[in-house]
Amino acid sequence: MESSNKYIITFIIVMTVIAAVALAGMREITMSAATRNEEIFNKRSILLTVNEFLGDGLSVADLTDEQVLKIFKDQVEQIVINQNGEVVPDMLAEKIDLAIEKKKPETERLLPLFVFKNNKEKFYILSIRGSGLWDEIWGNIAVKSDLNTIAGATFDHKGETPGLGAEIKDNPAFPGQFVGKQMFKDGEVAILVRKGGSQDKLYEVDGISGATITGDGVSEMLQRGIAYYLPYFESIEN
Amino acid sequence: MAEILDKVKKEEEKEPFFGPKEKKLLLDPLMDNNPITVQILGVCSALAITSLVYPSVVMAISVTLVTAFSNLFTSMVREYIPKQVRMIVQLVIIATLVTIVELALKALNFPIWKQLSVYIGLIITNCIVMGRLEAYAMANKPWRSFLDGIGNGLGYGAILVIVAIIREILGKGTLFAGSPVEIKIIGPNTTYLIDTTTSSLFGWYANNNLMVLPAAALFIIGILIWIHRSVNLKLVDIS
Repeated sequence: MESSNKYIITFIIVMTVIAAVALAGMREITMSAATRNEEIFNKRSILLTVNEFLGDGLSVADLTDEQVLKIFKDQVEQIVINQNGEVVPDMLAEKIDLAIEKKKPETERLLPLFVFKNNKEKFYILSIRGSGLWDEIWGNIAVKSDLNTIAGATFDHKGETPGLGAEIKDNPAFPGQFVGKQMFKDGEVAILVRKGGSQDKLYEVDGISGATITGDGVSEMLQRGIAYYLPYFESIEN
Repeated sequence: MAEILDKVKKEEEKEPFFGPKEKKLLLDPLMDNNPITVQILGVCSALAITSLVYPSVVMAISVTLVTAFSNLFTSMVREYIPKQVRMIVQLVIIATLVTIVELALKALNFPIWKQLSVYIGLIITNCIVMGRLEAYAMANKPWRSFLDGIGNGLGYGAILVIVAIIREILGKGTLFAGSPVEIKIIGPNTTYLIDTTTSSLFGWYANNNLMVLPAAALFIIGILIWIHRSVNLKLVDIS
């Protein structure tokens, strides 16, 4: 059917309006659930760094969504700090998106800090972000109240190679290595991923064979990301 | 003239709701006219997301919904679509449906949405969807087009799941990882059914890392096409 221009234009306009209304409606319906899901997903990955210290034999994988939100509400204090190590008042750490902060000039970036408390101890959970081989990588590091010993770590990535770079997330043994390591040596960040196996057991973890560049990316991300928190740590130590 | 028209009308009315023709529409894409192994369409996404079974099942369901409903809607408006812009119209229908599926998935199962990431959006460019609209829905009635969409989606999904089962067992030693019914089959600790650290029979076994990489899917799909053709000799003459 050859159609006139007028018919084509009318048809396209009507179709576009119908499609737009359908999509807008669908988005309105799903938005609250999607935002909630994302919030829970992020909170789970933060709590995973202190998985062993949740108490009562709990494990993040077994927690229901409600429990995750409850633990976050009751046991996690959210702090936002600036590059001078000062606390920015009235801001929630969960609202800080490191992907956005990364685009700002270095001196204006804000840092999220989650302080998790159980009955006995206090843990500081730092968020870091860097680059792997193909795309961005990020992670959370939980440190004990001595501000030096790592209690747990999680990593995630956008597009590292499955079976190689993606092991930083898929293989629990990789983040598991960080437990008990020290972050600082003589006031500087010393923790790193060593290709071919760690030499200094206190500060180094084993790299993944076949994923050298992802490993270097993790090292760089740790060194730079943790250093951002140094001014704040110094201020609370004094 | 009027007699002929009446006759045509009668024949149309006689069309059964689910007769042998409808059955063929549904089953043909599963075997004789499989989108992946016979038409060689949609291979790209079949390579990318088949390293685990669970995301593959979700992907198969998503594609089936999109092919079925885009066929249905296109067929419903097929007589009103201006010929000059029919491709654009088809794309808008597909893109709208894919976005709806993506939004729904994000609300229903966020971790899976995260895992499938760009591949849900890329259903838009999946050749199967557009191919069926052009080849079938533009020339057939809504109900049959709908069945054709379901059939092709399932044909695609079946291959996806077969490839994923092979890749997940050999690459990770698990089945349905990430879902509530995860089965750990073989691996180096006690949570697996066969523990390679203690088993005397399987002590040598290690996961095949190649299976996790997209290249493995290429080999497996190639082998599946080979098996499919040697079982179904009808296909050999076509190509």
